[in-house]
Amino acid sequence: MTSTEAVTGVPFTLNGKELEADSGELLIDAAERHGVHIPRFCYHPRMKPVGMCRMCLVEVDTGRGPALQPSCMLPVTPEMKVETESEATKEAQDGVLEFLLANHPLDCPVCDKGGECPLQDNAYAFGPGETRFVEEKRHYEKPIPISDLVHLDRERCILCDRCTRFASEVAGDSLIHFIDRGSQTQVNTFPDHPFASYFSGNTVQICPVGALTSAPYRFKARPWDLDAVESTAAVDTTGARVVLQSSQDKLVRVVGVDSDAVNWSWLSDKDRFSYGANNSPDRITEPQIGTGSSRTSARWGDALKHAARSLRGDANRIAAIGGSRMSLESQYAWSKLLKGVLGTDNVDAQLGDGLPAALVLGIDRATIAEACEPGGVIVLVGPDPKEEVPTLFLRLRHAIVEDGASLIELTPRATSLSNLADVRLAATPGTAGQVMAALADGRLDEEVGTVGSPELAKAHELLTSGRPVTMVFGRANLAESARYVADAVGGLRRLVPEARFLPALRRGNVHGALEMGLAPGFLPGGIRNRRTNFGRWPSTPEFEGKDTDNILRGCLNGEFDTVVLLGADPLGDFPDQKLAAEALASVDNIISVDSFLTESSNLADVILPAAMWGEYDGTFCNMERRLSPMRAKVTAPGRCRPDWMIAAELSLSVGPDLGFATLEELQNELSSSAGSFTDINWDEVSSADDGPILSTDRNWDLEFGDPADLPSGPGYGFRLIVDRKMWDMGTTTQQSDGLGGLAQTAAIRLAPADVQLMELAGNEVVTIDQGEFQVEVPFVSDPAVIPRTAWLPARLPGFDARRLVAAGRSITQVRLHLPDRDVAAGGSAGEKGGNNG
Amino acid sequence: MATNAYVEHAPGYVDNVGPKVVTSRFGDPESYKLERSEATGGYGALRAVLQMKPDEVHGQVRDAVLLGRGGAGFPAGVKWGFMPPVWPRYLVVNGDESEPGTYKDRLLMERDPHQLIEGCLITCYALGLNTCFLYVRGEMALAQERIAEALNDAYEAGYVGRNIMGTDVSIDVVLTWGAGAYIVGEETALIESLEGNRGMPRLKPPFFPAAKGLYMKPTIVNNVETLANLPWIMLNGPEAYKQFGSEKSPGTRMLAISGHVKRPGVYEVEQGKVTFRDLFYGDNYCQGIRDDNDLKMFIPGGGSAPWFFEDQLDLPLEAADVGAAGSMLGSGAIVVMDETTDAVRACLRVVRFFARESCGKCTPCREGTTWEEKILQRILDGHGRPEDIDLLLDIGSQISPGPYPVAAFEAAGETAVPFPPKQTTICPLGPSSVAPITSAIRRFRDEFEAKIQAPEEVPA
Repeated sequence: MTSTEAVTGVPFTLNGKELEADSGELLIDAAERHGVHIPRFCYHPRMKPVGMCRMCLVEVDTGRGPALQPSCMLPVTPEMKVETESEATKEAQDGVLEFLLANHPLDCPVCDKGGECPLQDNAYAFGPGETRFVEEKRHYEKPIPISDLVHLDRERCILCDRCTRFASEVAGDSLIHFIDRGSQTQVNTFPDHPFASYFSGNTVQICPVGALTSAPYRFKARPWDLDAVESTAAVDTTGARVVLQSSQDKLVRVVGVDSDAVNWSWLSDKDRFSYGANNSPDRITEPQIGTGSSRTSARWGDALKHAARSLRGDANRIAAIGGSRMSLESQYAWSKLLKGVLGTDNVDAQLGDGLPAALVLGIDRATIAEACEPGGVIVLVGPDPKEEVPTLFLRLRHAIVEDGASLIELTPRATSLSNLADVRLAATPGTAGQVMAALADGRLDEEVGTVGSPELAKAHELLTSGRPVTMVFGRANLAESARYVADAVGGLRRLVPEARFLPALRRGNVHGALEMGLAPGFLPGGIRNRRTNFGRWPSTPEFEGKDTDNILRGCLNGEFDTVVLLGADPLGDFPDQKLAAEALASVDNIISVDSFLTESSNLADVILPAAMWGEYDGTFCNMERRLSPMRAKVTAPGRCRPDWMIAAELSLSVGPDLGFATLEELQNELSSSAGSFTDINWDEVSSADDGPILSTDRNWDLEFGDPADLPSGPGYGFRLIVDRKMWDMGTTTQQSDGLGGLAQTAAIRLAPADVQLMELAGNEVVTIDQGEFQVEVPFVSDPAVIPRTAWLPARLPGFDARRLVAAGRSITQVRLHLPDRDVAAGGSAGEKGGNNG
Repeated sequence: MATNAYVEHAPGYVDNVGPKVVTSRFGDPESYKLERSEATGGYGALRAVLQMKPDEVHGQVRDAVLLGRGGAGFPAGVKWGFMPPVWPRYLVVNGDESEPGTYKDRLLMERDPHQLIEGCLITCYALGLNTCFLYVRGEMALAQERIAEALNDAYEAGYVGRNIMGTDVSIDVVLTWGAGAYIVGEETALIESLEGNRGMPRLKPPFFPAAKGLYMKPTIVNNVETLANLPWIMLNGPEAYKQFGSEKSPGTRMLAISGHVKRPGVYEVEQGKVTFRDLFYGDNYCQGIRDDNDLKMFIPGGGSAPWFFEDQLDLPLEAADVGAAGSMLGSGAIVVMDETTDAVRACLRVVRFFARESCGKCTPCREGTTWEEKILQRILDGHGRPEDIDLLLDIGSQISPGPYPVAAFEAAGETAVPFPPKQTTICPLGPSSVAPITSAIRRFRDEFEAKIQAPEEVPA
């Protein structure tokens, strides 16, 4: 990687022209910057050079006579003379290409890469034109699947080391490697260890030949038939920049774009492959009226009329859940309909698995680049970033491994970054706030819960070292109140007042939703709902509304007649599955705006079919409040419509016109009324390389009370950690071709010490006793787990751990039984568990 | 001590009449044992060195002009001086001797492991290092066994480890076995292998080991024979050392001679004082070509070296002279081939070695060497085409552009092109495969043509 403090002014001569390079700049980059493209295969600007393919050899004279040098490994030095078109350079290029093509099969007509292949392009531009190789070519078994998503054709491989370097350097998943040597050198996996990386698709994207192909795209299209548009991935809150590619009006591929500010061209496999859900045969493509067997397709007019009937009554008896999958514009439209037209404030885009809206909206926000600042200190209080915000994980990993950033981890279980952490504060559920309070108070001599004094001292030293501090915070545990995260944030603000914060929420455009007021108590632009008129809105809600948790409770108490589900599936996502099920069952009217028949939309009386990502234009707001375009590439199937249009139509059915008929009108209204959006230049949003960051001058006086006391339990049992895996039974994953099977079967993960204590062995099954019911689950001994805690990811096949979670409790504890013996209630183990109480 | 006789217990070693700097104990069947080593002055140099200042030790080595014996022949004392004052820093001993025809380091490790360990310790002391990695080739079972035993004994006797000989100097020697890759003899590939990675060379620059070596820390990589010289030099002083050999190349060298001579083996020879002719035909050395045949060609410095012929017999065994004559003395491996040798077959044998041992990193080497092997095999199989000869040369020029080193061929009025060649690869392995091809085609083109025009009967 080039130096971050690049200084211009290294004079050198390139093909006779006198030019200047940055200090430390590699010759291949400097030449490119000055308009001279040097052919290459192994060099990739986001990875360390290896000088493997020798394609970038150029003639360089540093005073000792001209010699061929690989320009990808050679920093420009003063007075260097470079010839990229000399006879010697051309001969070397000829030679390398002839060598590379000697064993490369000429199956371009049936190769997915044909037409966009660097080997093809370079062979045409720099190659000798024909081969003198008459021997038998190298043969291997034609493509072997190295994972469920990636196929490897070793005959086509030119051994550039890009995929293998990506796997070990960038992703940290060293699962593919060179084996054998000489001309038998090949890339392969280790026996019985597939390339099961969350980032495997990137290797397909960077492969300079057709050796690596992705299962979903194989043989689907030819590059010259592809239509493309730049957009933003809406899978998680990182907002990776992508190109959507379609053929015959169908999405067939998603490719990462090198956005310097965000994803550096990398994507998670979820970003890359979940377009498959768009093409799912299970899409709802027509409005539906009725429930169960009486559900029928309807015309839009009838469905809207039907929906409007349940929205007329008392606004306070209407609630809406969801909206974080939509574009910013759609979120605004729905916000205006719900809050401005209908007048209800019972609106929440988060499904009880996020963080308090005021905290997310009001805290000083870091950019990803600031969080990853070389030499900075990163404090992680949140989920495993690899599972929930994977592209951010790659940036954080790079900052720690390559740029000297230090990591303090305050999480209830070890994460994918733990082995890189300078300090791991292994705080059991419910104790993160107290740990941070101890750091803020300088109480470093005694342990806090399971966190020892030496770790506290080390963390304190790092935090007070004067290095820039950024906290990445999110919801690490659904079975634990979000309150503890807020406590930890408050603690760090006390200790390091200038610390910056980067929220690592999980769900798509949730930051857009919060900015657009899809949270109780807020209007668009982060304006608190304290005024009677707002922009061109007819009105604003009279009373402060409820969040999802309380909406669902209210449903049980008969407080609501109508619940609107904005692409939300509380049954599948709300941490307390039982509450969600009972609540939705007891509501009279459910209106669902969705693309699939989920467990929740299946309960709806009216389903309004929504266009999906890639089928509408709009704007995405990521964790940094960076705005970037989401663009339509294909036509929405059937009679699906963009969410904002549905809101506008529905408003007309209820009464007033929302006041915009096009996206442009909507954007204009948005900038004219909503605080932070007045400065937004929509042209810049759609054209800037990285997208502008919403400037907020909120500086809210967030109140952080005393951190909650260490929760006291009954003195026995295991504190439960429930979080999310990248691959689970979620709708998008399950509806995407090739992704559904990646979810692993549920298992309870226990600390090795506990496994030993309970004398658990082999494939024994543990019975989890939650009080009201018992369930048998296989166990896994996992050193990532702190003793006396149990980790069960939610929503996996076999068992959904959300069944164990009771909303409202500060922490959740469960008892474990073995067949015929109740180990967890044993005396010594019980006392140990009680220490925290 | 018997002279001019095979030493039965050290296969491959032939005693000779010259001065003995590194082979002085080789006549003793139990020379590898600590008590025998101590009885003949072993660790005496270390004891003396520990009384000196590290800089003095370094100075003496520099004064002795101890040339590296791994192949490049760079003065060790100068190389040591390249280390920036950064700690930690390491000494890595290259015992991955695997150049075809080379087996001198194996004997040094089998016959006198304590001499090597003492050399390591002296180096570490001179450079202020406390860790030395001794990397021994995977296939050398006996050498591994003996060096491990010797190191255990030396630890126990207090020569290695904490507070050596009661001083406050502490040095650890770490043994590592290779996994059988020729390329790991290249110093940067060896470092990669030591780090636990696949043995592939790193590009110099920026990865000059003295600056960015093992674990990206300053590292000196020295050959086994180089370090084995140190005890003698420290005991006898640089001036005494410079009495041996020539002015350019003081001291002795161990040369491993194999092939069609009557008495192959390893000889310790004064540098520059003996010629190839002396070595092949002298009574104290190889005693002539087998069956008194005529010499056809010989490889003067391992499989990588361009071939020499009758014209070069009177060259002295001295790195600079051999280099100027168009080849290299390299690691001191000399392979002699008599008139019965088939030049094409010999060429294939050497090329095949490099093709199989290419690490697979650089395209020209990975693809080019195998291509050369396939063409040569095809010619031998009776399917050669006239254009194959120029194709072979052209593939060579893609791996090694520009004029390739060749020996003078006076009969044809051609002058020598000096060593080393240019390369499109990171390390010299690829260009090494060009040496036999260029040499054989240049001198014996008619043999290639004959095989192409009238294919031999291929045995079924």
